[in-house]
Amino acid sequence: MSEDIKGKNKGSLTRRKFLAGLTAGAAALALPAGNADAYMVEEYFRQHFKRLSKDDLKDILKKMEDELSFKYGKKITVKATPPMDDVVFGYALDLSRCIGCRRCIYACVKENNLSRNPQIHWIKVLEFEKENKKWQSLEHSNRYYNPETVPEEGRYYVPVQCQQCKNPPCVKVCPVRATWKEPDGIIVVDYNWCIGCRFCMAACPYGARNFNWGRPSVPKEEINPNMHYLGNRPQYKGTVGKCTFCIQRSRAGRYTACVEICPVGARKFGNLLDPKSEIRYILEHLKVFRLKESLNTNPKFFYFFSLGRPVKR
Amino acid sequence: MLIDAINGIIRTITRGSRAYKLWVGVLLVLAAIGISFVVKQASEGLIVTNMRNQVSWGWYIANFTFLVGVAAAAVVLVIPYYVYKYKPIGNIVLIGEIMAVAAVSMCLMFILLDMGSPERFWHLIPGLGIFNFPQSILTWDVVVLNLYLFLNLFLVVYALAKIYAGKSYKTGFIWPFIVFSIPAAISIHTVTAFLYAGLPSRPFWNAAILAPRFIASAFSSGPALMLIIFQIIRKRTKLEITDESLFKVGELITWAMAFNLFFLIAELYKEIYSATDHIASLDYLYYGLQGHDRLVPWIWTAVIFNSIAFLILLIPTLRKSFIPLNVACVLIFIGVYIEKGIGLVFPGFIPGTLGEIYEYFPNSLELWISVGVWSIGFLIFTLFAKVAIAIKTGEIGHANPAEEH
Repeated sequence: MSEDIKGKNKGSLTRRKFLAGLTAGAAALALPAGNADAYMVEEYFRQHFKRLSKDDLKDILKKMEDELSFKYGKKITVKATPPMDDVVFGYALDLSRCIGCRRCIYACVKENNLSRNPQIHWIKVLEFEKENKKWQSLEHSNRYYNPETVPEEGRYYVPVQCQQCKNPPCVKVCPVRATWKEPDGIIVVDYNWCIGCRFCMAACPYGARNFNWGRPSVPKEEINPNMHYLGNRPQYKGTVGKCTFCIQRSRAGRYTACVEICPVGARKFGNLLDPKSEIRYILEHLKVFRLKESLNTNPKFFYFFSLGRPVKR
Repeated sequence: MLIDAINGIIRTITRGSRAYKLWVGVLLVLAAIGISFVVKQASEGLIVTNMRNQVSWGWYIANFTFLVGVAAAAVVLVIPYYVYKYKPIGNIVLIGEIMAVAAVSMCLMFILLDMGSPERFWHLIPGLGIFNFPQSILTWDVVVLNLYLFLNLFLVVYALAKIYAGKSYKTGFIWPFIVFSIPAAISIHTVTAFLYAGLPSRPFWNAAILAPRFIASAFSSGPALMLIIFQIIRKRTKLEITDESLFKVGELITWAMAFNLFFLIAELYKEIYSATDHIASLDYLYYGLQGHDRLVPWIWTAVIFNSIAFLILLIPTLRKSFIPLNVACVLIFIGVYIEKGIGLVFPGFIPGTLGEIYEYFPNSLELWISVGVWSIGFLIFTLFAKVAIAIKTGEIGHANPAEEH
């Protein structure tokens, strides 16, 4: 698919010039109203992320940084760090350790500049009763548990976020290719290209995609200034967002926010192509499973139980 | 000639009986109310609806789905008239095609209203944007719906232009377009069914029976609406529509409803007898799930209405008598509207993919907006049909009354 778009790139030069002309024309008309309006016009006519030339992208990132720095009153950087060679990210979650504290949810909200009002969560933690043997029957789970302390006796917890499928049903259905799988396996969304049809939300078997039903809002003092174009920059009303394995962190060689915050070390993250990585160790030495395997989505997000089982050496 | 025609058209739509003016006035008011709510939705976002991440499509997509069926149903009249030369139905084929135009227009309006960022529609235009064809089945729907709209518009306008000029229009030139309109009509509803049926994430929709059921229910609800409209037209205008042709439509509805009920039984049997976890949505719809039963009275109303209507239509003496026939048509229209809207779209999301039960039901804003769209649709139909009838009956233009089109 990426080849496909690149192929189209060659023919799009005139089109881009045409669009640039339109933008310039419209911008000229809007000039008296000031810079912010010119930016809005540029944003409206902006091409798909994969169709932007290096120079265009550089220019756009600069303008976006200025715009956001002005809006949030502090220096903001927006990068478009490309994927690293020989890296495919994978994730594993230790269900025997998770205590259901939901710190991951709020670390994710903070890191990814997710809307506080209306509240948007990219991670959901499901609570199950141990007595219920049919645990994969998800109707018996509860997302809205609220006891004094966790973990509660007789309960266990299953956090769910984007499973970063190798065979993602959400990508297939998008009518404008606003969402795609990057070479490092991360499914991303071009927030400026999404038309908000929500077909991807119907297609995702994991409830991982979140729509901005209202205008997203993040308080100025809580904004995370280190942003990625395909990751944690502020979202727009009427578009879809999702977990990107904290692309702004992972592509810089860091752990995701949810891995870092987890107080019990239930969350593991690493390069699936590196035989010495922790994630590979887990896949090779422990029994792991994935959610809804019969759907053939082939997630790169694994669940396992480290406790109560001997570790094979 | 052209200026004459335009003058004639304007004269036709601006003049009419009191009832006509009242009807158009009411539609305009309702459309204006709908538009005022659209403005609110556009500025605040879809958060003003009751849709949420758990149920991410709702009343708009439900109406869209139902109306694709109504649009497809125009072909029910085309098949016997053009292919089998069943003459008595001739006078009403044009009206059916006009209804298809109005219904597809409403479909496109509902889609635009459901989009989170409709101003970005240019992203869909091939060349300018990216049209993910053939991968995304949604792009197929865009293609077939637009094709169908222009096909019907072309057929109607061509026929009317010829009649206006007093010429015969049944030429070899449009024959291929007429024949093509039959698979085109089937395709719009099939592709719409495939939008749902291709999603393994939603077991309620992920069934092979979905497309056949869509066609069967459309071919009963669409003509049911037409039968009632034809009777109104026949009473209020000079257009002649024979009893015989109306009863023929009634017969087609009977067959379509028979298949619709049969497919429903096939679906229910498979789900209930195999009784896997995938039955959850069906349980929610028909019996309620964990005490949540908002849709139960609706779906049983639909089942009962459709069944009673079928029994009425099954008896030839009742089917050929206008009061029971009209009762059956009203029951079918309501029954299928519930079945295809409330009974298909909402339960697909309930329970959600992570098992959550969010009991969606449209709020008053969604209802008012949909009333607005329906009003605009009826307005399109009313004005278009009024002009068509005026041309057909020779009120304007040079129609040759001796010629049976």
